[in-house]
Amino acid sequence: MNNKIISFQSIPNNNIPIKFLIENLTNCEVKLINTITNKTLQICSEYLSDYMCSAFKYTLANYIESLENGANIIIHIGERCSLEYYFEFQKQILEELGYKFEFYCLINKDKNKIFSLYKILKKLNPNIKVIKFLYYLSLTFLMTYYMNKLDIYIRKNIGFEINEGSFDRVKKSMVISFSKTKGFIDLIKKYFYFKKKFKNIPLDKPKNCLKIGIVGMPYIFIDENSNYFIEKKLANMNIEVSKFPNETFLFLSRPLKEKYYLGKIKKYCKYSLGSNVISSIEKAKILINKGYDGIIHIKSFGCTPEIGGMKILEKLCNDENMPLMFLNFDIDTSKVEIKTRLEAFYDMLIMNRKKR
Amino acid sequence: MDNKITIGIPRSLLYYKYNILWLKFFKELGIETIISPESDYEIFENGKKNTVNEACFPLKIYIGHVYYLKDKCDYVLVPRIASLENDTNICTVFNALYDLVRNTFEVNILNYNIDAKKGLTEEIAFVKMGQELGFGKEVILSAYKLAKKEEYKQNKINYLLQEKRLYNEKTKILLIGYLYNIFDNLTKKMIMDVFIEYDIDIIYANIKNPDKDKKTLKNLTYNQQILNSIEKYKDKVNGIVIVSTFPCVSNTLINKMFLRKINKKTISILINELNDEEDIREKILNFIDDIKKGDTYE
Repeated sequence: MNNKIISFQSIPNNNIPIKFLIENLTNCEVKLINTITNKTLQICSEYLSDYMCSAFKYTLANYIESLENGANIIIHIGERCSLEYYFEFQKQILEELGYKFEFYCLINKDKNKIFSLYKILKKLNPNIKVIKFLYYLSLTFLMTYYMNKLDIYIRKNIGFEINEGSFDRVKKSMVISFSKTKGFIDLIKKYFYFKKKFKNIPLDKPKNCLKIGIVGMPYIFIDENSNYFIEKKLANMNIEVSKFPNETFLFLSRPLKEKYYLGKIKKYCKYSLGSNVISSIEKAKILINKGYDGIIHIKSFGCTPEIGGMKILEKLCNDENMPLMFLNFDIDTSKVEIKTRLEAFYDMLIMNRKKR
Repeated sequence: MDNKITIGIPRSLLYYKYNILWLKFFKELGIETIISPESDYEIFENGKKNTVNEACFPLKIYIGHVYYLKDKCDYVLVPRIASLENDTNICTVFNALYDLVRNTFEVNILNYNIDAKKGLTEEIAFVKMGQELGFGKEVILSAYKLAKKEEYKQNKINYLLQEKRLYNEKTKILLIGYLYNIFDNLTKKMIMDVFIEYDIDIIYANIKNPDKDKKTLKNLTYNQQILNSIEKYKDKVNGIVIVSTFPCVSNTLINKMFLRKINKKTISILINELNDEEDIREKILNFIDDIKKGDTYE
């Protein structure tokens, strides 16, 4: 293959750091796909049953769009659920559709994902030195960490901006600026510059605003297309939003924290329930302790790990008298239904506030 | 040591794979066991009431069995399995089963945990479970080894009987589906019994040679066995019957990806709580007509 064009499983908030890493280490072109057309989703529907999880459908659609746009190398990042090992099927479907490509999976047999990533990048560019790899990897991790830190601030305040679109405008320029990072000092400077810019955005935020925490399935969280921009909808209702897991957790701290989470929620869980379910339950507990008004659990329809955890989350919220709403997403989910349910939940929380 | 306890075993999910092992193990330890009855709609309804709507059909049945047992024994056996081999995964329902039951019912649970990726093998898990019941390591290991021997013997017999059936003159179908789907009473009545009634021999994709388990795909513990069987038996049967339950991602993939490549008469039956038994029966009877005529289509 002469012109190597790489595409990977889209993680909208973190596409820039991943693109930055791959471009700096492989000298290959990276094709980013952020939107998925209905036509592609239809192709996926033909190949997959209706009750296949939407994460599987969206990632497959993402790869089809990438290949249609000239990519010839796909890197599958995966998740700790079906997505971790169903890439074999996605690869088969793409081959049956007639695409010619190289396919790499980050979560493969190697337990160490960093080593696995190194091996993939080494195949794409045999001249990579370990030191250079570690340098850019650390820089990418720091970029992810900073972007997420700023995202937490944005999420909490975007619903209260006085001039509509202020946060989005600064975020866009931040993403462009971060993608041109030259080194650690440059990145740190950029972080503090944009932090200041975000903090300077004028807000009209009441001290005692309504607070909602979102927990659930990571893929639905990360990909705004698949959760129908739920955060924005909540922000438009003047709600402070907190969500978990975030990308920093998924990429950096998850492997280290599983035992910690189990310790915190041992009343409810003795074992890991698959995917990130125990961390969602632990986060829900924290949100309850912090006095949040309600919790929304989001997941893709048919997501087995999350289904396993729903009953446990329900029990925790019942014990603590915390309003909880389950939302399911699929490619056929009606936007109106989501909007109506969010509005009903909002009304209920307002009534709860008044009762208190 | 108090040996007079009774352990309840839900006749669902892993029961169909491990019943010989469990029953022999507890018998060797001198512990009484009680098995919940064959699934019926009352059990299913109790399961449905006590779990989330979206839970899969077999999980609802399982919860219904635990509901049946909860006041009839000292402990209900609820194993937790994360991985059976170092490089494989298993449906996350089995990861969550223990905590799910614990948070659903006020019941004493006897539990063991297999997570081969973390070095927790079946043998270690059984030793720990036995120790919790107050037995010494040697006694437990002896009971476990005898139970494993019994399990092996029964699996070998099942395999040899199946191999023998391949050479008779009867019309044959390959029945594909997880053990807990095809052998559960609710689905058995709807599917297997119809084939038996019409004198069709059933070759089970789940029955494997315990001495040999070829691997072609990683990460799909129970599907692997089925895939090997498809490869082995597809040319020796007249038709293929796929039984899956709603909603199951693994089933979906198996059905969609692999069977498209098999040029054999195939029928796919999706089991859910809204099934009409007569509809399924009619579908199967049409299929039986087809395979007896010997038409070929994809």
